[in-house]
Amino acid sequence: MSRATVAPVMRQSRGTPWLYLLPALIIMTVFILYPMINTVGLSFRNADGTASAASTCREGQPCWGAWENYRYALTNELDTGNASTLLESFWVSSYGNTIKWLLVMVIGTVGIGLVFSVLVDRIKKEALAKSIIFMPMAISFVGAGVIWKFVYNYGTSQVQIGILNAAITKLGLEPVAWLSKIPINTLMLIIVGIWMWTGFCMTMLSSAIKAIPEEIIEASRIDGASNFNIFTRIQVPIIAPTIVVVVTTMVINVLKLFDIVYVMTGGNFKTNVIATRMYTEMYTNAQYGRGTAIAVILILLIVPFIVMNIRRFTKQEAMR
Amino acid sequence: MTTLSLSRRLPKRHNKREGSNVGTGIGIAIILFIWLIPTIGLLVTSFRPVSLINTTGWWTALDVNNGPASSQYPDPNAGYVEKLSSRFTINNYVDALTGYRGTSTYLDACASGTKPLGMNCNLSDLLNPRGMGRAFINSVIVTIPSTIFPIVIALFASYAFAWMDFKGRYAIFAVLVGLQVVPIQMTLVPMLRMFAGMGINGTFPAVWLFHTGFGLPYAIYMLRNAMSSLPKDLFESAYLDGANHWQVFRKIVFPLVTPAIASLAIYQFLWVWNDLLVSLVFLGGSKPVMTYQISNMVTSLGAGWHLLTAAAFLSMLLPMIVFFALQKYFVRGMMAGAVKG
Repeated sequence: MSRATVAPVMRQSRGTPWLYLLPALIIMTVFILYPMINTVGLSFRNADGTASAASTCREGQPCWGAWENYRYALTNELDTGNASTLLESFWVSSYGNTIKWLLVMVIGTVGIGLVFSVLVDRIKKEALAKSIIFMPMAISFVGAGVIWKFVYNYGTSQVQIGILNAAITKLGLEPVAWLSKIPINTLMLIIVGIWMWTGFCMTMLSSAIKAIPEEIIEASRIDGASNFNIFTRIQVPIIAPTIVVVVTTMVINVLKLFDIVYVMTGGNFKTNVIATRMYTEMYTNAQYGRGTAIAVILILLIVPFIVMNIRRFTKQEAMR
Repeated sequence: MTTLSLSRRLPKRHNKREGSNVGTGIGIAIILFIWLIPTIGLLVTSFRPVSLINTTGWWTALDVNNGPASSQYPDPNAGYVEKLSSRFTINNYVDALTGYRGTSTYLDACASGTKPLGMNCNLSDLLNPRGMGRAFINSVIVTIPSTIFPIVIALFASYAFAWMDFKGRYAIFAVLVGLQVVPIQMTLVPMLRMFAGMGINGTFPAVWLFHTGFGLPYAIYMLRNAMSSLPKDLFESAYLDGANHWQVFRKIVFPLVTPAIASLAIYQFLWVWNDLLVSLVFLGGSKPVMTYQISNMVTSLGAGWHLLTAAAFLSMLLPMIVFFALQKYFVRGMMAGAVKG
């Protein structure tokens, strides 16, 4: 930290910095660091942490000893009958669903955010248009869940009061139970996520696009480049570092995502993701061992991004 | 309506019309339409009577002759406005606030003289534990300390990280950058056990403590960035005038980082206000907050759309006001977290 040079200017006793730091350090140690370590420990114990996880093994059943909770977390949702049932069951397991969420939601939010910020850059009411896209960020996932549950409403009677089913019945198609029909239901949940988070991506990307020097765009336009070419060959490559940041932020957000699934389907109809499954095991089933094992798997997926964050921070500091 | 700050930061450099065409307009219109329709549907529905919600689409709300015979205006020759006004109501909001779940409406039931079960037909019904009125108060009680505590503690720590010299300064801060993205799920079980041991599960302090702990890494990160971007000369001249750290912190740094504090406060406030998971685990039904109350109505009680839409809109009211009134700070608070490339 190059800024360190200033500190010796000011007179300070050696203890002073710790006086300022201590409350924060104590709280973070007690409420984040210690519980994290504790979680890892509990993931090798039984349901209430009183004995080793190995004690929950049953005669004649597969068992991974102390890693029993991990066996449960990783394989319980799978149907290992044969290769095709395995694949099929994986695809609707919490892991398969999390992969779907990652792919569709990240591409959706970043893609729409990117296209929209380029389009909106050309119109006059830019600020208003952006406000509308950003607004869902202010409300809760629970609120958004209710909003979209109503959009997806499936009426058993003749009248469809959900606008989506009303629209498709108008087109002569049969109404669909969007939230209970597998596998389309997970996609419908992801749309809610995209609706909420596109504003975040758009704002980040938009400020990067605006930072591109106007001369570059002007020059290419004089050379006869179309809007599309300017977008794909100039704007996107220049803002690539920002896109990377936005994508990693979104990946982390998606991995942690809990509320949308919990409120809209409760994880039923094979819509569970890792975060909701962890909650079910821990809270509904009171299986602390299994719940914490799922949490550990979740953090392992996030660790690469933690490392990336720290690296990027280090680089940034070196440049200051 | 205020404007998004980021589009204003740079001067307008080129003619906006350049490069725009019909395709651009249509593309934007389609996206905006998709973004607005769901929320408009919720808002319109929340003001419609139950009988109409369940028999007609909300997009036909202005069609005064739609719906079953029972919902028709008694006088077929009445004017449009008269008919229309009979098709909108605030009863859903009253019922949601008081937690009324009967077949009639709260106001009608009370007017008829027979008090609904568990209701007093006066203002005290706003405190009914099943209602959104009580949940609103609980949300406020949860949110305010959960916003103030982490920011106050973070102010001190971030000052040390930005302008003090101590061993391990860099390493500790790097850990903190990593802690920002640790998922809540990673600490839920141990915290639940710890709070059970302290006997504070289901009480407000449990949630305050949890949010303070989890809010700190981001708060320190953001405030430290704001503080370390202050000019160095400021500190040097203050030192020459004989100021010590405490005076510099209080008289110079604090006033200069108020915009950053505002952004952070709004971010943390909305994060806690909108949170479901922490309230679900540590407060549950004993002190229901708004998100909990709604999720409960959706998942187990099977409340009708008239209650759900009104309740959802009530929970969105405060965030919406904050969003439109303080958009600049709100956007900044959201964006500061992503480490810029």
